[in-house]
Amino acid sequence: MRATAPARIDVRKTYKLFIGGAFPRSESGRTYEVTSAKGAFLANAAQGSRKDARDAVRAARSAQPGWAGATAYNRGQVLYRVAELLEGRRAQFVADVAAGEGLTERRAQDVVSAAIDRWVWYAGWSDKVAQVAGNANPVAGPYFNLSAPEPTGVVAVIAPQASSLLGLVSVLAPAIVTGNTVVIVASEDRPLPAISLAEVLATSDVPGGVVNIITGRTAEIAPHLAKHMDVNAIDVAGALGADGITWGELEADAAGTVKRVRRPAGDDEDSWAEAQSLNAILAYTETKTVWHPKGM
Amino acid sequence: MPRFEYAPAPESRAVVDIASSYGLFIDGEFVESASGGSLKTINPATEESLADVAVADESDVDRAVRAARRAQEKVWGPMPGAERAKYLFRIARLLAERSREFAVLEVLDNGKPIREARDVDVPTAAAHFFYYAGWADKLDHAGFGPSPRPHGVAGQVIPWNFPLLMLAWKIAPALATGNTVVLKPAETTPLTALLFADLLRQAELPPGVVNIVTGAGATGAAVVAHPGVDKVAFTGSTAVGKRIAKEIAGTRKHATLELGGKAANIVFDDAPIDQAIEGIVNGIFFNQGQVCCAGSRLLVQESVAEEVVDRLKARLGTLRVGDPMDKNTDVGAINSAAQLARITDLTKAGEEEGAVRWTADCALPEQGFWFAPTVFTDVSAAHRIAREEIFGPVLSVLTFRTPAEAVAKANNTPYGLSAGIWTEKGSRILAMADKLRAGVVWANTFNRFDPTSPFGGYKESGYGREGGRHGLASYLIEGSTR
Repeated sequence: MRATAPARIDVRKTYKLFIGGAFPRSESGRTYEVTSAKGAFLANAAQGSRKDARDAVRAARSAQPGWAGATAYNRGQVLYRVAELLEGRRAQFVADVAAGEGLTERRAQDVVSAAIDRWVWYAGWSDKVAQVAGNANPVAGPYFNLSAPEPTGVVAVIAPQASSLLGLVSVLAPAIVTGNTVVIVASEDRPLPAISLAEVLATSDVPGGVVNIITGRTAEIAPHLAKHMDVNAIDVAGALGADGITWGELEADAAGTVKRVRRPAGDDEDSWAEAQSLNAILAYTETKTVWHPKGM
Repeated sequence: MPRFEYAPAPESRAVVDIASSYGLFIDGEFVESASGGSLKTINPATEESLADVAVADESDVDRAVRAARRAQEKVWGPMPGAERAKYLFRIARLLAERSREFAVLEVLDNGKPIREARDVDVPTAAAHFFYYAGWADKLDHAGFGPSPRPHGVAGQVIPWNFPLLMLAWKIAPALATGNTVVLKPAETTPLTALLFADLLRQAELPPGVVNIVTGAGATGAAVVAHPGVDKVAFTGSTAVGKRIAKEIAGTRKHATLELGGKAANIVFDDAPIDQAIEGIVNGIFFNQGQVCCAGSRLLVQESVAEEVVDRLKARLGTLRVGDPMDKNTDVGAINSAAQLARITDLTKAGEEEGAVRWTADCALPEQGFWFAPTVFTDVSAAHRIAREEIFGPVLSVLTFRTPAEAVAKANNTPYGLSAGIWTEKGSRILAMADKLRAGVVWANTFNRFDPTSPFGGYKESGYGREGGRHGLASYLIEGSTR
C-alpha cells in the first residue's frame, strides 16, 4: 500500500523595505502583520522607522542628479520598460490587489490594467513636459529668454491607503518622470503591491535610489519626511484614511522648509480611476527662466 | 583725475497732492477704519511725515473680503473676459498717463531714486497690466485645460521695496483670470496703492473688484486668515512665508509665495569685465540692494578676483548717494529705520566674523536713513553675511577656482531665487544655468524683469511663478489641482 504524498508546502516571500536599490529589513527590527481584506494572514511586512526614512532620503538625494541628468528620452525608455515588466508579472499584482483590497479577480485585473496603462501614459510625458510647460518669452528688449521646467528634487509620497496599486502608480509615476527621486510611505494596511512593485523596479533599468519604499505606520513615518530638510516636496494624499494623521498636519509640518505640497484632490480616498493629469507632473517641477543678451 | 560735481537736478513734487490722512479703499470708496487706528508714513530720505494712513483690523478686512466676494460673484466673475480685458487695458493706459505722479509719490514714500521709479517701477507696472489684459479673453489657450476658473477672492500682501510694481504683479493676473482682490500694501509704503485706488475710480472699475486695506503685520495676517479668502499671494520674508504656509495648511486655500533670496553672481575669468562690473553694481545696488533677487554674493574666479574687486571699488566710488528726488542720484535712502538697523547689525556681524569691510567714501545726508555702498571681501561661506539676506547695499565677495566649485558655493544656501553668470563661453553658460538651483538665471546681465517672463524661486525662496503664462496658473483652479 502506498502512502499519499504529503501536500507541497509553499515558499512564502519575506517582504522588506526598498532603499537605494537594495531590500533591507527595517533597522528597527520590527515587522507588522498584513492581512487580506477578509482578515486572513498574508505576510509580515517591515515596520519602517524614522532612521529608515532618513536612509531613504539620503539614497534618493544621491540618485537625484544622475536621474535628472539622464536625457528625457532615456527616462522615458526606462519607465516604459517598467510597464513591460509589470505586464509580465500581472498575475502577482492581480493576486496582491485582490487580496488586499478585497476585489474579485476580474475587478483586480481591471485595476492592474489601469495601473499599467497609467504608467505608460506618464512614461510618454518624459520628453514632452518641457515642450508643453516651457516657454520662449518675448521680452521687450534684446534678450534671449527661455523658461523650462526642472525637477524639484527629492519628493516624499504618502501613498494612498485604499488604492494600493493604481493609487500608488498615480502618485509615483508623475513624481519621477521629470527627474525627481522619491521616498514612498506605502499604504499602511495594503503594502504588498508596493513591495512587489519594488521588485519590478529593482529588475528594470531604474537606477537604485530613484524610488525608495518604506512600509510601516504612516502616522509614525510621514511627519519626519514632511519636516525633513532635504525633502523638497511632499504628496499628502495618502494621509486621507490613514490612522492618526491628517494631510493638514503634514502640510503644516512641511511649511517649516517651504516644501511644495500636493494636497488630496478631494475628500474621497479612493477616487483614483481618473487621477491622471499633467498637473500631477508639474506639481513637482520648478520653472527656471534664463536670460541672455542678444547682440552682434 | 579731477572730480566734477553735478549741479542739483531735483524732480518737482508739485505734481503730487498728498492728503493729510487716508482711509481704507473698500467696495469702491474710501472709508474709515472701524477701530479708527492709524499709522504715519514718512519720507525715509528726510523723516518728514507724509500722511496718516488707516490701520485695518479684522472687521475692516472682513468688510473688504465681503465686498470682494460680492463683486466676484455678481460682476467680475460672470463678466466676459473680453470686457475684463478692457478694464485692464484702461488701467495700463492710466498708469502710463499718470506715470510722473506715481513715480514722484513712490520716491517720496519709499526713498528709491527717481531715476529708478521713473524708468523701471512705473513703466514695468503699466506693462504688467497691459500684458495680463490681453490674457483675460484667452485663458482657454493658456495651457491649463479648457475653461479654467478663478479661485474667487485673492488676498494679497506685498512688500515695501517695489510698492507699485508688486501691486501690479499681484493685481493684474488676479483680475485677468476673474478673481477679485483684497490687497494689503506694506506699512511703510502705502501711498502709491492709495493713489492707485484713485486711478481705479478713473477707470470706472466696478466697486469691490479691488479693495485696499492698509496696516501692518496684523492686517496682513487677518487677510491671510480670513475664511473668505480663497487664494493667498505673498511677497516678503521667508520667515513670514513659512508662517503663512502653516496658517493655511489643511485648508483649501491656495498660495503663491515669493520669499527671500541670496543670489550668487558668478564671474568667470573670461567674463567681459566692464559689463560684469556694471552688472554687479546693478545686481546689488539697484534699489539700495533692497531686492529679493539681488546679487548679494559675488563669486569671482580666483585669477581675476583682485582685478574685479579693485575695479568694482573704483566704480562704486562714482555712485551718487543722496537725495532720491535728484535725477542724478544712483543710491537713495533705506526704506525705514528698522531696515537700516538690520543692515547695520548684519554688517557689524560681518566685521566681527573676520570679513574685510570696504565702504564707499561718500557724504551721507544728516536726516533720513542712509547706508553707503559696502563690499566685504575674505568672506567665507559660513559667515552670516554670506548666509542671511541683508537686503541692503552690501556685497559679499567669495572666490572659486573651478566651475564645479562655483556651482557648489552658489547652491550652498536654503534660498534659490536668482543667480548670475558672467562668461563669454556660451556652452559654459548653458551648463551653469542647468546646474544652478534658482528660478531666474541671468547670463551676462542681471536684474532684468519683463511681464512676459516667469519669476519665482526654488527651495526656501518660495513657490509659484509670477509673470508670463506661468503667472496665470496660480490664479486658475485647473492650474493647481490634481
